[in-house]
Amino acid sequence: MDLQTTTFIVVGITFAIYIGIAFWARASTTSEFYVAGGGIHPIANGMATAADWMSAASFLSMAGLIAYFGYGGTVFLMGWTGGYVLLALLLAPYLRKYGKFTVPEFIGDRYYSKGARIVAVICLIVASVTYVIGQMKGIGVAFSRFLEVTYETGLLLGMGIVFIYAVIGGMKGITYTQIAQYVILIFAYTVPAVFISAHLTGNPIPQLGLGSKLVGTDTYLLDRLDQVVTELGFAQYTTSARLSSLNTFVYTLSLMIGTAGLPHVIIRFFTVKKVRDARTSAGWALVFITILYTTAPAVAAMARLNLHETIKPTGGEAMIYDERPNWFKNWEKTGLLQFNDLNGDGRITYNNDPATNEMVKIDNDIMVLANPEIAGLPNWVIALVAAGGLAAALSTAAGLLLAISSAISHDLLKGVFRPDITEKQELLASRVAMAGAIGMAGYLGYKPPDFAAGTVALAFGLAASSIFPALMMGIFSKRVTKEGAIAGMIAGITVTLLYVFQHTGIMFIASTKYMGSMQPNWFFGIEPNAFGAIGAVVNFVVAYGVSMVTKAPPQDVQDLIEHIRVPSGANSAQSH
Amino acid sequence: MADNNQESQVSRDAYWKANLKLLTIMLSVWFAISYLCGIVFVTQLNAIHLGGFKLGFWFAQQGSMYGFVAIIFIYARLMDKLDRKFNVHE
Repeated sequence: MDLQTTTFIVVGITFAIYIGIAFWARASTTSEFYVAGGGIHPIANGMATAADWMSAASFLSMAGLIAYFGYGGTVFLMGWTGGYVLLALLLAPYLRKYGKFTVPEFIGDRYYSKGARIVAVICLIVASVTYVIGQMKGIGVAFSRFLEVTYETGLLLGMGIVFIYAVIGGMKGITYTQIAQYVILIFAYTVPAVFISAHLTGNPIPQLGLGSKLVGTDTYLLDRLDQVVTELGFAQYTTSARLSSLNTFVYTLSLMIGTAGLPHVIIRFFTVKKVRDARTSAGWALVFITILYTTAPAVAAMARLNLHETIKPTGGEAMIYDERPNWFKNWEKTGLLQFNDLNGDGRITYNNDPATNEMVKIDNDIMVLANPEIAGLPNWVIALVAAGGLAAALSTAAGLLLAISSAISHDLLKGVFRPDITEKQELLASRVAMAGAIGMAGYLGYKPPDFAAGTVALAFGLAASSIFPALMMGIFSKRVTKEGAIAGMIAGITVTLLYVFQHTGIMFIASTKYMGSMQPNWFFGIEPNAFGAIGAVVNFVVAYGVSMVTKAPPQDVQDLIEHIRVPSGANSAQSH
Repeated sequence: MADNNQESQVSRDAYWKANLKLLTIMLSVWFAISYLCGIVFVTQLNAIHLGGFKLGFWFAQQGSMYGFVAIIFIYARLMDKLDRKFNVHE
């Protein structure tokens, strides 16, 4: 059977599973729509959280980034996992005990203010919308690449699938679909890695293979890789830093705080039964994430070594272009690989010197996409990678869309504008909001606005500088007041956005940047994407300062804080 | 009743204090394995080898993540005990 047919069959089966789940897991109450009824097992929720969290970018692009940056790629590995420690220790158990449906709802109650709730809704929507644009683009690209349809068709197909299970099933449908999606994506990611690790090092566990000797030699894989890349003029793989050590530190911290503050991740912990389940569930989520995240550096190093050894084997001659393997030709067609025979010798010269390097383009995504082909794995494995990439993109998009639609139907409609609507009306409103959110996200994916390029900076920057500090102070301080929290959130966002915009343009419109993107202008050499942690510090300082000079929170709010600090007396999440 | 309330308030404060102490220890470990071993002292640790890994590199791309998982489960375990000791479990 040819690859295209196999891919259609494997992807078709996964879609049938998602749609089957949609009809089996219909939501009939608001509790089911917002928090899947609140009875999800902690391990099941951990798995769903892992799929929710790992996007098309984690699946397709992260290994490529690490392959390119070497040690410098560490920022993403530690930054996107370490946040779960903060979530498990500082937020999840307390927010679960509080026991309602959304993040802004907690902020509104804790800071006894509709204003605070609205500020939180705005932060949530801006962070989630910018994040979802990237996912929609991921869906379009993944569908078009794997199913050979146009970007627009791919986008529509992806929207259609999400529409079916998210509108019908809400959080309940999304949860069970995400569990299926996790299983598919983790198989798709690890199977090629196991084959390649066994092939290169004789050890089938990629995490161990990365530290092993190459088959038939006495050389460690990483030592060989360091040697190969430095000979070609690249920085040493295991030590190459991205920018300064301080920047690495602050960037990692921003990603961690941002991860812990992203609403679509936090709300997953509202779906478990008990407070202690929220603690262990975050641990399970991280186990499932870590399986992929510790495999990624192995995939990265092995793919990079494979690529170099294929183009120019150690001690041998560079590959003759006309004799290039099939996968090389396939990926050339997509434009992800580009070769230009500068010296006209018919061989491929690949090094770090722009004057003589002939591999003009090697897209980072190649490292995961072409890996099974480079290793000569069977077609069903390649088809599985396609299904895995699609699963990763769909699961994250669905989680974000739920966070957006529940903020609209529960926080704005029910919470602020029409508190008197019945549960049935709210359920209908949440479905309409979900459908609207899918339509809007699809449109933004079809016509990405200028600021889409800054997705990561905006989403993580906002979550880190506004939502995380407000939640943490709300739990750990009884003294932080309404005024303090609002001032802190606004100050945190303002500082972060001004820094990002001054170097990249207002809303990322390049002509409006007012300080230039040049590195010399960076505050202590910190890049704009890494600034969320600084915004968070500003938020904490301003919130405490303002709180000290304003009237302490009323007694019932202090009682609420006392109440969420102990596990006993928790009910499943509810609206009243 | 008033005495009872006072007593439970004292016990709640002690529970919260014990929790904060545990959090401080856990987050110190979190900080050490990622920021100290993986970033600040990475060059010094790279002088040590763990099989085919430079130790600093291993912490940065493998070890820190295993450590994060361990921290969460150990904290959950210890909090279970604490919840029961102060009789605030579910």
